[in-house]
Amino acid sequence: MPIISRLLDAPALGRVLTRMASEIVERTAGHGPVVLVGIQRRGVQLADRLAPLIEAALGEPLRRGVLDITLYRDDLQAIGPRPVVQETRLPPALDGTTVVIVDDVLFTGRTIRAALDEIADFGRPRRVLLAVLVDRGGRELPIAADVTGLTVATTPGDHVKVLVGDLDGEDAVDLVRRSEG
Amino acid sequence: MTSILGKDLVGLEHLTREQITAILDTAEPFKEVSERAIKKVPALRGKTIVNLFFEASTRTRISFEFAEKRLSADTVNVQSAGSSVSKGETLVDTARNLEAMRIDMVVIRHGSSGAAQFLGDRIRSNVINAGDGKHEHPTQALLDLLTLRDRLGRIEGLKVCIVGDVLHSRVARSNIWGLTRLGAEVAVCGPPTLLPSHVEELGVRVFRRVEEAIEWADALNVLRLQLERMQAGFIPSLREYNRVFGVTTEKLARAPKELLILHPGPMNRGVEIDSDVADGEHSVILPQVTNGVAVRMAVLYLLAGGAPDWAAAGGDAQ
Amino acid sequence: MSLQLFRGGRVIDPSQRLDDVTDLLVRDGRIADTGRDLGNPDGATIVDATGLVIAPGLIDVHVHLREPGQEDRETIATGAASAAAGGFTGICAMPNTDPVIDNQAAVGFVKARGVAAALARVYPIGCISLGQRGEQLAEFGEMVAAGAVAVSDDGHPVMSSQLMRTALEYAKVFGIPVADHCEDTPLAHGGAMHEGIVSTRLGLKGIPAAAEEIHVARDCILAELTGGHIHLCHMSTRGSVELIRRAKEKGLSVTAEAAPHHFTLTHERCEGYDTNAKMNPPLREAEDRDAIRAALADGTIDCIATDHAPHHYDAKEREFDDAPNGIIGLETALSLALRELVAPGLLSLSTLIDRMSCAPARLWHLDGGSLRRGGVADLVLFDPAGSWTVDPARLRSRSRNTPWGGEVLPGVVHATMVGGRTVHQRTP
Repeated sequence: MPIISRLLDAPALGRVLTRMASEIVERTAGHGPVVLVGIQRRGVQLADRLAPLIEAALGEPLRRGVLDITLYRDDLQAIGPRPVVQETRLPPALDGTTVVIVDDVLFTGRTIRAALDEIADFGRPRRVLLAVLVDRGGRELPIAADVTGLTVATTPGDHVKVLVGDLDGEDAVDLVRRSEG
Repeated sequence: MTSILGKDLVGLEHLTREQITAILDTAEPFKEVSERAIKKVPALRGKTIVNLFFEASTRTRISFEFAEKRLSADTVNVQSAGSSVSKGETLVDTARNLEAMRIDMVVIRHGSSGAAQFLGDRIRSNVINAGDGKHEHPTQALLDLLTLRDRLGRIEGLKVCIVGDVLHSRVARSNIWGLTRLGAEVAVCGPPTLLPSHVEELGVRVFRRVEEAIEWADALNVLRLQLERMQAGFIPSLREYNRVFGVTTEKLARAPKELLILHPGPMNRGVEIDSDVADGEHSVILPQVTNGVAVRMAVLYLLAGGAPDWAAAGGDAQ
Repeated sequence: MSLQLFRGGRVIDPSQRLDDVTDLLVRDGRIADTGRDLGNPDGATIVDATGLVIAPGLIDVHVHLREPGQEDRETIATGAASAAAGGFTGICAMPNTDPVIDNQAAVGFVKARGVAAALARVYPIGCISLGQRGEQLAEFGEMVAAGAVAVSDDGHPVMSSQLMRTALEYAKVFGIPVADHCEDTPLAHGGAMHEGIVSTRLGLKGIPAAAEEIHVARDCILAELTGGHIHLCHMSTRGSVELIRRAKEKGLSVTAEAAPHHFTLTHERCEGYDTNAKMNPPLREAEDRDAIRAALADGTIDCIATDHAPHHYDAKEREFDDAPNGIIGLETALSLALRELVAPGLLSLSTLIDRMSCAPARLWHLDGGSLRRGGVADLVLFDPAGSWTVDPARLRSRSRNTPWGGEVLPGVVHATMVGGRTVHQRTP
């Protein structure tokens, strides 16, 4: 029987997002155009939540993008039957912009590596920042988040579940631990 | 470990509705890749793909080559003459040689019906049928389906008529399978000499005159009429064919609704289709070509999910 | 003097309307007597035939032995061995070898090889036309004198009705049948299988039933015109059966044969492009197969002939369009007939023996086909209730091209004898 602990409920999640939005504004304001890019799938939903918060602080609309990294995964040859590839849409003229990647959980870092490779095929941003809702440790590559919502220590068998209203019916972050025995 | 399409794509006859839909859905993101400045994703990096073409075909081969290169695969083109008998190396030996070189995938076009299955039964690599005799040309039908779906929003309930030399057409057969599997109503129209026997048993209506087809259809898929058919006596002349069965502006003017016009190419302008129709606003002939690369990328991508890992082939089968 | 007594077998001889569990005595290679009270003659080898059927040896009027010229597929000797293993004591060798058998030297060659093999009797068939080119008549008289029992251009049809007429008239002089491969070449040209829904689905050019029926009709009309004996090879369609039925009702000298694959398989067997389902004439629809069975039952089709067509493994291991036509059949014929015709009750065992032995011998004037006193002791002993597994690698034929590999078939041949001499003995 897995043990589920709720790390963030809906109100707590809302507060974390508010803080993350203001940190993003702090790190990017005055440094040129910003592009907020959510990683499929839940990174996109989170970017959708952050965007209005950021825009309110900046007082101007934010350029948006969505990224599916499936085709850039480094384990495609091993995983067998193909995962569905979602939409990728980035604004033209990325050169010179600050791209803020938004994802739900940062774990091994391989998803972000793939995202960086893919962005490089579209253009050359002046700077790329990473904003993640949950950093669960366990990095296999030298990748770090610039803006983090929540840090939690996990073991390899654990699973961090991020739930967003549009996809899952509620907002929450749960830690699912396999029980001993 | 097999992909959702199995090991090979030999045809659409035995694919399920879910499999065909999965290919079309997967092709969508690949269309976007072809719009980028850098038209390349690393998905099939390190895979070796051989384009084995026993029949000359520039457009299909180039389309596959683009699809393969845009997925970062390594491509080799092998052009071979005619049948086993005429070229002196049997298809079996060709197959074994390819396998010995540890090729991951083979795209084969051959003049004999059944050649793709013949190859697929004998080598471990994935085999993709780029046209075997008169049997099937699955990627062509898939790109036709994608084009129809893009422009008309659905396949289910669509009325599609295939016009022309259905008897000798693998494109027609694959389209009949794909369209009926996805719930379209399918018809064929052409001179009886160029329609296969028992064609109604495939689940299609038969129109004797192209005017009837135009009255009925939402889309026409116009097949190329080859010069050899006249020489072999199937029709008296190309001129007569154009007068009676050609898709012309005059005939289309009497259509009750806007008709989409498809053609697998290359076109014989003025024979099966008039230039102003081919270049007109209802023609989707060029979008078909664009979709062709995306569909082929989707097929390669899906089949590769399950290709044999040669390095592990000696060890445990998983 | 050699004496053999076969005790307690079920002796079936349609030529004498005999079907009884009784004894059979063979003396010096000829049938001496049949009866329950043959006792225990001095010096006789006793063969216990309990549970077995004893019948006149099977005779196949349509076999391809490939020698001269294609000995990698079969030779006269290996073909005769294959025949003996299948229960055949007589086979007629079609002349489309390389070179073809269109002269007395070639006929003599085939005859001599058959005699040397000393297994099933080999009867040469000569060509109708020189080189099988369909232009000029071959020397029927010379070929018959050298041992030919019939003429045929099999492999090819005789497209010229004028040539067929001449052949039928001229063959009357020698009392031999003209065996025709009925196929309208332009209609059939390029076809790889039956024209129907399966050929449409597989994208293969089809051969319509009409291609055969047109020539069947023509040949029947010419038989009427000339009074000659036309023998129609490998009939495959219900239309052909109808035409033959009408010709026989008119009393015309028309005989016909059908191959086991045409009363067993249909065009669906071509699915998956299995080249062991590729033959000419092709496998047809279920209704055609049923019509062939009914025709064998009522005698419209006089006999079963295998059209045994050996091909090398490499030749058949090819794209369907390129693969050659035909399958071997001598060793599976009796079993398939038992399974498809006798077991469902379409033919009695006695009628089957007629179709596979008495009729071919009678219609083509060959030895055997009967257990009449004084006739040659060409016999087959088989167990209709036994079964065996077809292992292509262990067949006597040099070739392996059979679609029944791995199948368990009924009917086991225990022994085949030609002139009282055993030419095949079952090894357990």
